[in-house]
Amino acid sequence: MLEKEKLKQFRIVATKIRKHIIEEVYHAASGHPGGSLSCTDILTVLYFHEMRVDPKNPNWPDRDRFVLSKGHCAPALYATLAERGFFPVEELVKFRSIESYLQGHPSMKDVPGVDMSTGSLGQGISASVGMALAGKIDNKDYRVYALLGDGELQEGQVWEALMSAAHYKLDNLTAFLDYNGLQIDGKITEVMSPEPVVEKFKAFGWNVIIIDGHDYEQIINAINTAKKTKGMPTMVVAKTTKGKGVSFMENQAGWHGSPPNKEQRDQAIAELDAYLAKLEVE
Amino acid sequence: MADNAVKKIATREAYGSALAEFGGNDRIIVLDADLSKSTKTDTFKKKYPERFFNMGIAEGNMMAVAAGLATCGKIVFASSFAIFAAERACEQIRNSICYPRLNVKIGATHAGISVGEDGASHQAVEDIGIMRSMPNMTVICPADAVETRHAVKAAIEYEGPVYLRLGRLAIPVIYDEATYKFEWGKGITVSDGSDVAIIATGLMVHEAIAAKDLLAKEGISARVIDIHTIKPIDQEIIIKAAEETGAIVTAEEHNMYGGLGSAVCEVVCQNYPVPVKIVAIRDRFGKSGKPAPLMKEYGLTAENIVEKAKEAIKMKKK
Repeated sequence: MLEKEKLKQFRIVATKIRKHIIEEVYHAASGHPGGSLSCTDILTVLYFHEMRVDPKNPNWPDRDRFVLSKGHCAPALYATLAERGFFPVEELVKFRSIESYLQGHPSMKDVPGVDMSTGSLGQGISASVGMALAGKIDNKDYRVYALLGDGELQEGQVWEALMSAAHYKLDNLTAFLDYNGLQIDGKITEVMSPEPVVEKFKAFGWNVIIIDGHDYEQIINAINTAKKTKGMPTMVVAKTTKGKGVSFMENQAGWHGSPPNKEQRDQAIAELDAYLAKLEVE
Repeated sequence: MADNAVKKIATREAYGSALAEFGGNDRIIVLDADLSKSTKTDTFKKKYPERFFNMGIAEGNMMAVAAGLATCGKIVFASSFAIFAAERACEQIRNSICYPRLNVKIGATHAGISVGEDGASHQAVEDIGIMRSMPNMTVICPADAVETRHAVKAAIEYEGPVYLRLGRLAIPVIYDEATYKFEWGKGITVSDGSDVAIIATGLMVHEAIAAKDLLAKEGISARVIDIHTIKPIDQEIIIKAAEETGAIVTAEEHNMYGGLGSAVCEVVCQNYPVPVKIVAIRDRFGKSGKPAPLMKEYGLTAENIVEKAKEAIKMKKK
């Protein structure tokens, strides 16, 4: 069982990240809040519990790597990196503006802590395969994490990447599926169903773990199981809620790529602040 | 010119040999997409099997895997036929390799119609234009085996994306290994001349030399320039040719749009306008056949260069 204090810290960090996401997208007047909010808890565990990273030395060769294959959820990654100390949190409100290095989709040459440039779906997971392969070639003990969107599974390249990771037995690679069930045009099962995803991942030679993607203990346990699994990569199918943490954004496909207006931003921040206040007194 | 001018070696063959020759550096990783026997990366594979990875028939994945390897300090050569490398995996090269400027070298063999019998589906005639238009990309198209060897060595030493355009067909070795010097982004004046300049790339350099000899018989002095690095292009050698000869012919095994002819025109028009004639494929797809008759049918011979050279000269006299 997770200690109560640790659980509380995860919740506080994740809520701060969610507030940043709202502010980033609000100030940019564009961007992707829904999927950013759904993957926040996974990013929180990775960067504040699991991953071996050094914010002062973002290109440290022995660091663990993270690839945001669903690159449009850059607001979540930037907020996490800023909270972790890779760059000042004050930069976040400049997201997507011409004077900022925070590009609309992650750019590894511009943003400290971003391990791979992504944005074109299907390519990040392949890049994470390359990183994991390099780790094997060099006998390094770093681990590689990737985060996929469920709509992203419609890209054929994802399956090419999964096939190659299993073929080369990349047990140093763990991918998360942010399984929120929604994409821009609606439900993934209505737009172009990738189901049955669990059976497909298994058939492609991956170890599959199904979790609640908002339950910190389950996320940690899945990572630990993946680390103990030898000879095959692990796919963590994380059931999530798109727009998680902001009442009116939850489970609404419309919040995939739309920014909140002033009133909506105020309401979202008020909700998250109220939750933070509640956590503080717990 | 080399004494062994009749010796014929395909640039893909020289590519595989060079990978094996210079492959001692542990940072070098070679990827292929089930074509290692044709792209000749199997020559590397035999020598360094632990650093060769077959990615199967999945070129898009291969390019992005190459990018991931490069982020970890590897010098990656990713090979397939030009049609599948530059065109099928075009967007992966653009977004995962060129945008982050990663150290990936694309060894694209079987470029152009000299592929022969496989036909249009396998004959890339657009790749120079596509690769040239991507920021951060370097495009190299060697003229023979010697130049290929040096280009591979230079690509290993260079930090950043490189597109190496190579051929299937065995072509004459025109350079002497003992005296050849490869300079990144610099053209080579193969022979001097004053009436017209023939600027060629790849296997068309050999045709250009033959054209120069034919023109000499008619009393026309043609300069022959080999542009192995199409991007960044050697502006100096082109401007100098325009100034000193006043007429230019370009020659390439590529469509007439976006390739060497376009690149030369960009330099000439903006710096020292003189007539430029382009010897290239006239905006059509290739087809099956033996390479030599195909080159003739598509207008890619020394005779075609001679004809265009005369037209260019006529234009300058106006």
